[in-house]
Amino acid sequence: MTNKIKNILFYTLVFIVVFLSLFPFLWFLCTSLKTELEVTSIPPVILPSFSINFYLSAIKKHGLLNFLKNSFIVATTTTLITIIISILTGYALARLKIKRKGLILKGLLVVSMFPQISIAGPVWKILYSLGLLNNYIGLVIPYVTLTLPLGVWILSSFFSELPHELEASAKIDGCGYIQILFKIILPLSLPGVFTATILVFIYAWNEFFFALLIMTQKKYQTLPVGIALFQGEYTLPWGEIAAASTVATIPLVLLVLIFQQKIISGLSAGAIKG
Amino acid sequence: MRLSLNLKEKIFATILIMPCLIFVIVFAFYPIFFSFWLSLHRVIIGLPSINNVFVGIDNYLSLFQDKVALHAMLNTLIFVSISTFFEILFGLVIAIVIHKKFKGRGIIRASVLVPWAIPTVVSSQMWRFIFNDKYGVLNFIIYGTDIAKYKAWLAEPFYAFVAIIVADVWKTSSFAALLILAGLQNIPEELYDAAKIDGANAWQRFRKITLPLIKPSLLIALLFRSMDAFRVFDLVFVMTQGGPADATNVLQFYGYKKIFGEGFMGYGSTISVLVFIISFVIALIYIKTIRIKLFQNDK
Repeated sequence: MTNKIKNILFYTLVFIVVFLSLFPFLWFLCTSLKTELEVTSIPPVILPSFSINFYLSAIKKHGLLNFLKNSFIVATTTTLITIIISILTGYALARLKIKRKGLILKGLLVVSMFPQISIAGPVWKILYSLGLLNNYIGLVIPYVTLTLPLGVWILSSFFSELPHELEASAKIDGCGYIQILFKIILPLSLPGVFTATILVFIYAWNEFFFALLIMTQKKYQTLPVGIALFQGEYTLPWGEIAAASTVATIPLVLLVLIFQQKIISGLSAGAIKG
Repeated sequence: MRLSLNLKEKIFATILIMPCLIFVIVFAFYPIFFSFWLSLHRVIIGLPSINNVFVGIDNYLSLFQDKVALHAMLNTLIFVSISTFFEILFGLVIAIVIHKKFKGRGIIRASVLVPWAIPTVVSSQMWRFIFNDKYGVLNFIIYGTDIAKYKAWLAEPFYAFVAIIVADVWKTSSFAALLILAGLQNIPEELYDAAKIDGANAWQRFRKITLPLIKPSLLIALLFRSMDAFRVFDLVFVMTQGGPADATNVLQFYGYKKIFGEGFMGYGSTISVLVFIISFVIALIYIKTIRIKLFQNDK
């Protein structure tokens, strides 16, 4: 086979892969920019008239901005808490003498694999008795618990790759552990912290199961719950669903476009290197 | 009193890991035992008077006579095996494509990641719209403007099941691809060069070099995906609500319905325990596998 034919075949394959990956999202994006008439027309309209009516009605009738606000609060709070705790834990596990290091790491791995339903009833009961249902903190608690394994695994694997001479010389200079962590280890591991931050944020932004159980009042619901429960008066409001879905997805698409490399390295570190 | 440096370090390290341990123990491990306890009792949300009666293994006995539960179990297993199979297959194709060096690879990699990044609820709505009986683009692709022939895909048991598999495969093949990509990147280029000199063609190089060397990553992708497919919930909730006629009812959805829809927290918890045990077994296999892999790396 000549190189030219090989190239054509390869780029056809690339095109197919990219087309299939993007088509459903682009189709929804396109739907969100249509008018009511265009959504229901057969044959389907391919190029929308770029109307923002569905966005306006998703905001006015369905409380899109409120879902967005709730998602933002829950996802950023979760990310902040998880990353801080993961830094401390990852540092202790990777750089300090500690008993049962392997057991702790394995235990965390097992937690990341728990099916939500296996802990859902009791978590709901605990939050209920603490009065934390329909409360941001009530949702952040399970999110932190479920994202800690990811954060700790990524950060401890980053921390443990730094040379051990770093601490030795710092100790001679009279630095304590806290100083070593914040002045030496952390600045050198910023790429790892950043990767963990993106992954934890995406998890908290996308999570649906616990959000559905814990946020039963519309006022506190996050975007995934809002989008899943979208109801119209007579038929499903596809235009508004598409608009809300686009709003929920755009931040993630941007993150992926900008930080593609970090995400890929972080995911394989979390899953394989460990 | 002066503590030895060693002891001081150990105490300090223990303090550092405390917050993490507290979260994980109180909100993950304790709930597992609590679920088990609940599964041995009669607990109904909203009826505190008859609550917490110890019933032994009665709930489990009912579970194994519950036709819907057994059906959900079967559905889950079929869903896991078929979707994982296709995810590994497409993951391998995607991984090979994004592994190759070419102009614009960065943007291609990013677009392949888009399905992974999209919230599952959103991708479920997208596919629900594509499969829609009136305005779905699938009907148009197959039947054109002949509206009379349009099918309500999600209302037919077989097609509804296929639909949730398609949506899952679309969403997660790229994750499988990333795990496989990590394996591909570990293969030294020289191996291929040597094989080329020996006259091996592309297919032979793939069979004899690529496939054996990425076997560990394929295995990890397989375990990871099957464990995740086992927890399928969002897709079913949005696309089919378990229907039509329980055709797409899966364990996690059924457990959710029993506990939070109908309030049978005791009985529903047997499903929680069952789901936990199955995924725990897969997790143990997984942990064993990576240990072997780490060990090989140490050599």
